[in-house]
Amino acid sequence: MPFSFLLLVLAALAVVSYRFGTARARAVAPGRQSQLHSRPMYHGLYAAIWCGVPALIVATAWVAFQPVLVKGLVMGGLPDSYSALPEARLNLIWNDIRNLALGDVVRAQPAPEIQAAADTFHRLYAIGNAALAVLCLALAIAGTSYALKRVSMSLRARNQVERVITVFLVLSSLVAILTTVGIVLSLLFESLRFFGKVPPLEFLFGLHWSPQTALRADQVGSSGSFGAIPLFTGTLLISLISMCVAVPVGLMSAIYMSEYAHRKFRAVAKPLLEILAGIPTVVYGFFAALTVAPFIRRLGEGVGLSVASESALAAGLVMGVMIIPFVSSISDDVINAVPQSMRDGAYALGATKSETIRNVIVPAALPGIVGGVLLAVSRAIGETMIVVMAAGLSANLTFNPLDAVTTVTVQIVTLLTGDQEFDSAKTLAAFALGLVLFCVTLGLNILALHVVRKYREQYE
Amino acid sequence: MEKANVREARETTSETPEGTTAVTDAKIQAVRTNVHYGDKHALKDVTLDIRAGEVTSFIGPSGCGKSTFLRCLNRMNDTIDSCRVSGTVRMDGEDIYDPKIDVVQLRARVGMVFQKPNPFPKSIYDNIAYGPRIHGLAANKDELDEIVVTSLEKAGLLAEVKDRMEAPGTGLSGGQQQRLCIARAIAVSPEVILMDEPCSALDPIATAKIEELIDELRENYTIVIVTHSMQQAARVSQRTAFFHLGELIEVGDTEQIFTNPRHKLTQGYITGRFG
Repeated sequence: MPFSFLLLVLAALAVVSYRFGTARARAVAPGRQSQLHSRPMYHGLYAAIWCGVPALIVATAWVAFQPVLVKGLVMGGLPDSYSALPEARLNLIWNDIRNLALGDVVRAQPAPEIQAAADTFHRLYAIGNAALAVLCLALAIAGTSYALKRVSMSLRARNQVERVITVFLVLSSLVAILTTVGIVLSLLFESLRFFGKVPPLEFLFGLHWSPQTALRADQVGSSGSFGAIPLFTGTLLISLISMCVAVPVGLMSAIYMSEYAHRKFRAVAKPLLEILAGIPTVVYGFFAALTVAPFIRRLGEGVGLSVASESALAAGLVMGVMIIPFVSSISDDVINAVPQSMRDGAYALGATKSETIRNVIVPAALPGIVGGVLLAVSRAIGETMIVVMAAGLSANLTFNPLDAVTTVTVQIVTLLTGDQEFDSAKTLAAFALGLVLFCVTLGLNILALHVVRKYREQYE
Repeated sequence: MEKANVREARETTSETPEGTTAVTDAKIQAVRTNVHYGDKHALKDVTLDIRAGEVTSFIGPSGCGKSTFLRCLNRMNDTIDSCRVSGTVRMDGEDIYDPKIDVVQLRARVGMVFQKPNPFPKSIYDNIAYGPRIHGLAANKDELDEIVVTSLEKAGLLAEVKDRMEAPGTGLSGGQQQRLCIARAIAVSPEVILMDEPCSALDPIATAKIEELIDELRENYTIVIVTHSMQQAARVSQRTAFFHLGELIEVGDTEQIFTNPRHKLTQGYITGRFG
């Protein structure tokens, strides 16, 4: 019985035991349902949980351990001559056996002992699956009958069901946390390997970035250099330009939307503004590369400046437009959250609308606005597509916005795309860059959360 | 019809001692003031004089229009989109709804204290200094300091906060916050102070302090107070106006309203039969 089919059967059984559970609860207290500790529905769920959960746990454990078990048995069954072979060779043989057994493409003529092993493999799996099915069904039925037997007036079914639900909720939240931990660990270990090849200080403070590693010692560019400062400055420069666009525009549009705009205008304009956040970044990217960058270059040539065709300015401007919604949306929410009584207090003192906004509302909302801006900054630093397309690849150490620069994210993309060997300093550098990026955006996010939380305390 | 009778009764009895001088004495005169919130007719044809140098209290059950009328007096209703005010409200003989009147200047002359203390999330000093700053009342830092100290003094708060002027105003207790708001209103030297249930969020001790303060402020300011507490109206005010369902039912000397109300609705309300 295939695993998915087994799951379906289990689900069907759970539904049936739910029915039985509710019916049994009703039967226990005919006409006196108010005296049941838990409503019949909870008795049903209780039975369904006893039916499904133990069987599922066993099935999951089986799926996790079966391959190990089968491998041990199959490899142990091979002739003695095989056990002396090195680990890597054994793994290859294991692959052959598996492919053969599962009917995948295999080498032309397998050796007889391999064929025999594959047969064993096949047999073991068939037995295992059958055993699993029988075991699961038996467990499901046993669980249901146990639950049904326990149904009584005083059974605290609701409390137990709710406890199980709590466990599910905890597990769900753990998934997100564990994923984050996994990402951090993978970054960390790859970065440690990189720092084994390149010293951390050279990486963090080196001024020259040219991540070429040669295959042979006599090749050109055999000495790759991994000084990440040009990337950091490039990232910083582009983020700075984008914030110069996004913060004033976003903040002012938020003030207009929340304080001045007519309700009808706001109802139309706010969703329109938020559409900006829904445009794919690739689209922004080619808008930057094909429209904005040439425009800036022509403009620069018009006033006698030499502008690179891929300039930090173009990428920064377009990225700024992209993150306007972040700033404006959060600022708008925060400004709206300033209590009306603050405005009343200022108006009652004879403050004009603009005085009220400048002196009372914006200061009161400032922590929240700062939180929004910090979130936008971490978005700008992590943004990849626009800079890949519009900012260029050359790691210039410059603060001139008219030059081409490159950013941390762009370099990660170029280091990891294409055919790469995965143990060279070149590819491992991507993980180190990723780690730095992660640390910076994590720090900014923590700072932003902290600032926003502080704001919440302001009006009790 | 009944409305007109009430007004006549008031004019012929409670105001005869002063005769016509009562009218010229009026700091604020409202004549046939109506307020609509959208379709809702919240205030109906209210005609009322508020005399200078006295505390006038507005009483009445919830939703009777007393706060709405109060907010007409410094045009705070302008901040509500759906609100329309018609009729005349004169202050010192000038129509405050005249387009020539600058609402900002009006509000500098008519201060307001709200139901819930609403100090700005700034320091105590900046809370008081805010009004004088925007109106340019102080030429330099010393004058501003002077205004802040005097205002806090008048509001009876100086002794409690003089050592922590830079602490945030939101950190004070409820009663202190409300006195801070009164000090903030005083700091722009208004002529009239409107108070919208200023003690409803306070405990009895803080309430007693505010009431004491209102009595002291009466010397220099014309005060209008909306209150739900009839005892409070009796304690602090010289004149009392009773509102019911958007209409002004009766207005007169506080003593007369509470001992000898003319209208049976007023009598019913003050004896606790409804409201």
